[in-house]
Amino acid sequence: MRIEIRFAGFGGQGIIKSGIMTAMAACIYGGKHAVQTQSYGPESRGGACKSEVVISYSEIDFPKITEPDILVLMSQHAYNEYAEDVKKGGTIILDPDMIPNEKKLEGVKIFRVPATRIAEELGRTIVANVVMLGALTAITGVVDKEALKEAIKANVPKGTEELNLKAFERGYEYGKKLVEG
Amino acid sequence: MAGAFEHPFAVYLRAAMIPHIWCSGCGNGVILNAFIHALDELRMDLDKFVVVSGIGCIGRTAGYTNVDSFHTTHGRAIPFATGVKLAKPELEVVVISGDGDLFAIGGNHFIHAARRNIGIKVICANNFNYGMTGGQVGPTTPLEALTTTTPYGNVEHPFNLVHLATASGATYVARWTTLHVRMLTMSIKKLLQRKGFSFIEVVSPCPEIYGRRNNMRTGLEMMEWFRKASVIANFSDPAKAEITPEKIVVGEFVDIEKPTYEQLLYGKIAKIVKKE
Amino acid sequence: MGGDKAVLTGVHFMSGDIACAEGAIAAGCRFFAGYPITPATEIAEHMAARMPEVGGIYIQMEDEIASIAAVIGASYAGLKAMTATSGPGFSLMQENIGLAVMTEAPCVIVDVMRGGPSTGQPTLPGQQDVMQVKWGSHGDYEIIALAPSSVQEMFDFTVEAFNLAETYRVPTFVMADEIVAHMWERVVIPPPENIRIVNRKKPSVSRDDYMPFMPDDDLVPPMACFGEGYRFHATGLTHDERGYPRTQDSEVQTRLVQRLCDKIRKNADKIVRVEEVMLDDADVVVVAYGIVARSALSAVRRAREQGVKAGLLRLITLWPFPGKHVAKAAEKAKAIIVPEMNCGQIVREVERAAKTTPAYHVPKLGENPHTPMEIFAAIRRHG
Ligand SMILES: Cc1ncc(C[n+]2csc(CCOP(=O)(O)OP(=O)(O)O)c2C)c(N)n1
Ligand code: SF4
Ligand SMILES: [Mg+2]
Repeated sequence: MRIEIRFAGFGGQGIIKSGIMTAMAACIYGGKHAVQTQSYGPESRGGACKSEVVISYSEIDFPKITEPDILVLMSQHAYNEYAEDVKKGGTIILDPDMIPNEKKLEGVKIFRVPATRIAEELGRTIVANVVMLGALTAITGVVDKEALKEAIKANVPKGTEELNLKAFERGYEYGKKLVEG
Repeated sequence: MAGAFEHPFAVYLRAAMIPHIWCSGCGNGVILNAFIHALDELRMDLDKFVVVSGIGCIGRTAGYTNVDSFHTTHGRAIPFATGVKLAKPELEVVVISGDGDLFAIGGNHFIHAARRNIGIKVICANNFNYGMTGGQVGPTTPLEALTTTTPYGNVEHPFNLVHLATASGATYVARWTTLHVRMLTMSIKKLLQRKGFSFIEVVSPCPEIYGRRNNMRTGLEMMEWFRKASVIANFSDPAKAEITPEKIVVGEFVDIEKPTYEQLLYGKIAKIVKKE
Repeated sequence: MGGDKAVLTGVHFMSGDIACAEGAIAAGCRFFAGYPITPATEIAEHMAARMPEVGGIYIQMEDEIASIAAVIGASYAGLKAMTATSGPGFSLMQENIGLAVMTEAPCVIVDVMRGGPSTGQPTLPGQQDVMQVKWGSHGDYEIIALAPSSVQEMFDFTVEAFNLAETYRVPTFVMADEIVAHMWERVVIPPPENIRIVNRKKPSVSRDDYMPFMPDDDLVPPMACFGEGYRFHATGLTHDERGYPRTQDSEVQTRLVQRLCDKIRKNADKIVRVEEVMLDDADVVVVAYGIVARSALSAVRRAREQGVKAGLLRLITLWPFPGKHVAKAAEKAKAIIVPEMNCGQIVREVERAAKTTPAYHVPKLGENPHTPMEIFAAIRRHG
C-alpha cells in the first residue's frame, strides 16, 4: 500500500505544516512509513504552495508524488492547477468558500469542507488547515485520529494546542457527517 | 643570525626561513622589527600568539615570526583570523598584511570585522601598490602615480585607510610611516593591549617596485619623502588625517572601548548553556 | 562541551537540513560559519539556535569566502568546524577549499545542490556540482564526498564526514540536494555511545621535534593546533615537512602534492562505500546516487517483478570514485544506466570504469528527480 496525498493552497494557510503533521502522525505515532516533501521558496511565502505526503507500510523509495490518491485543496489556484491530477477513484477534499469555481470531474469523490468558515467561527482563520486535517482523517482514515492529534500537539505553537485540537474535532465531525450523509 | 652567540631576538624569528625575501630598502623589515620589539617589551606569551597573513610581500611576515602562524590565500587573512579568535578567544591573533590584500580583494572582510568588533589586531603595510606581483595599481595608490598598470598616471581615487577603519568601527586606529619606528613600536604595543578590533596603517617604502617609477629610486629617497610630508597630529580629527604625496598626517586617531564580538557572543552562550 | 544536549537521542521527524545540523553537533562540530542561501539556509538557522546550547560558535559571515576561511581558522584553532551552502556559494568557496586541502585542515562542507548554472533555480534540486566538488579548486588534489539519499543519511553521513575529515585531514563534503534537504522523514538518533566519533591525531613529540607536515605511515601528519605551544607555521604555498615555503623546489612540490593525493587514493578501499542491490546476476545495472537512487531502487524492483535482471549500484561515496565497484558490476552486465539530475557528469567516471560495457545517461533537470517509471523505461530500452 502506498498512499499519496497532496495539500495545496497559498502561503500562510499552513499547507506545509499540514503535510508535516500528517506524515509525522503516520510515521512517528502511527507506525507506518511516511515522507513529506514540499514546494518551497518564494512560492511558500504568499503565492501558490504545496506539500506532499507519501504513506506506506513498507519503506518508501521514491519520495515524490506521481498520482495523488487524495487532494486537499484550499485555493482556487490550487484547484485549477491540481484537481485533474487525482487518481481515478481518488478523493478531493476542498474548501468551497475558497474555490467558487469547480469543473466537472468524473470518477472522483469530492468532499466540500468549509474549513476557513469553521476556523472563523472558532475565532482564528489560521487553524483552517487543522480543520481540514480533521476532515481528512474522518473521510479517508489514512491516519489514525489519535496519532494525528499527537502530531498536532507536537507542531503547533505552545498555548494554541487547545484551539487546534478543537479545530481538528470540528473538522472531524464535519467530515464524518459528509461520509455518513 | 647564525653564529656563536644567539641574537636576543632569535626566539622571535624562524631562523631557517631567513634570509627573508624582501628587497633592500624595503620597509617590511622595519615593520617586522618594530613588531618584535613590541612583543619583547610586552613579554607576550608566545604560546598563545597567532600571526596571520595574506598574500603579498608583507604577507611573508607570518612565516618569519616564530609563533603559531598561518599564511592564508590572498585577501582572506581576516576571516581566517576571525575563525581562530572565536574558536579560541584566549589567543592573541594579529593579522599583518598588505594594502592590496586587506583593502582590495579583502576589503569587505576588513569592514565587517571592524563593524563586528572582533578582537583581532590588524597591521597593514601600505606601500601604495602591489609589490609581490611587480607593482600594479592598488586601492591606496595616489592619483597620478605611475604603476605598471597605470602607465599614464593613476586616475583612481585612493582609500584613506584611517577614514575607512574609523568609519567601520575600529576601536584603535593609528597611522605611522617606517620613519617613525619608536612611535610605531609604542603603537603596536597599544594595539596588542587593546581588546577590540584595532588597526595600524604603516606607510612603507617599496623603492624597488613603486619608488623606482615615481622618482624615488632608493629606500632612502622614499624615507626622505616621508620625512618631508609627514605631520604628527595625535588624536586629531581622523577625518582630517589626510594622506597625499604632499602631506601624510600620522599619529593615533582613535582609542575607544566597546564590547567585542567574542565578549558578547560568549556572554550569550554562557547564559544559554546555564538555562539548559 | 555540550553534554546531554549535544546528541538528541531518540526518534524524530525532521527535515534533511535539520538532520544534517544535528549530525554535525553529534559528531562534535562546535563551529559553524556560513552565509544564507536556499536550500541550505535551514542548516545555518538550526545551527544558530543549537550551537550556543552546546557551547559552540555560530557566525554568519559576510560571504561564503569568509565562511570557509573562518572554518579553516577554527579548525586550526582546534574545533571541528563546518559550513553549508549551495552552488553559487560553493563556487565562491573553491579557492579556499584548495587552501584547506593544501594545509590539511579537517573541515566539513555541505553543498545542498540546486539548479544552476548561476542563480538558476534556487528552490529546485540538482546534482550539478558533483564534478565541481572534485575539480572546482585549482591544482591537483583529492577530497572525499558523500551523497545522502534520505533524511536519516543527512544525519549519518554528516557524522561520517566529520570522521573522515578528521582521519585524513581533508575537507570532506556532504553533497545533498534540495529534496533530501527539505524533505521530512523519520530519523533515529542513537545514544552517544553508539555513535562512532573520530578525532584528529595529535603529535606525540616535543615542540622542537614537531614537523607539522611530516606524515605517519598512513600518509596523514598528526595535527597540532594553535595555542598548544608548538609554534608551527602553515601556508598555502608549497611547503616542506616543517611547513616552510619551498616555492622553487620541484622535488618538494612533487612529494607534497603526490602525498596529498595518495593519502586519499591509497586509502580509497577504506573510504569508499556503495550500496549493492541485486547486482549478482544483473544484466542491467543502474548506477545512481542521492535522491535519484531512490527512484532507481523502485525502478529496479519493478524490473525484477517483470523478469528483467536489473540491479542497483548506489554510490554513497562520490569521491574517491567507487571505480572498482563499477568495474565489477560492469563485468557481467550488458548495459549500465546512469540517471542523474544533470546533463551528464558522474556518467563520465562510470564510462571510464565500465570499460567496454556501454553506459547510458538519463538526464533530468528541474523540479523532480526521475520518476521510477522513467528509469524503468531506460532499463527496458537498454536491457
Ligand atoms: C586570488 C589571487 N589573485 C591574485 C593573486 C596574485 N597576487 C599575489 S600578491 C598580490 C598583491 C599583493 O599586494 P599587497 O597586498 O599590497 O602586498 P605587497 O606585495 O604590496 O606587500 C596579488 C594580486 C593571488 N595570489 N591570489
Ligand atoms: S617589491 Fe617592494 S614591498 Fe616587495 S619586497 Fe621589494 S621593496 Fe618590499
Ligand atoms: Mg602593497
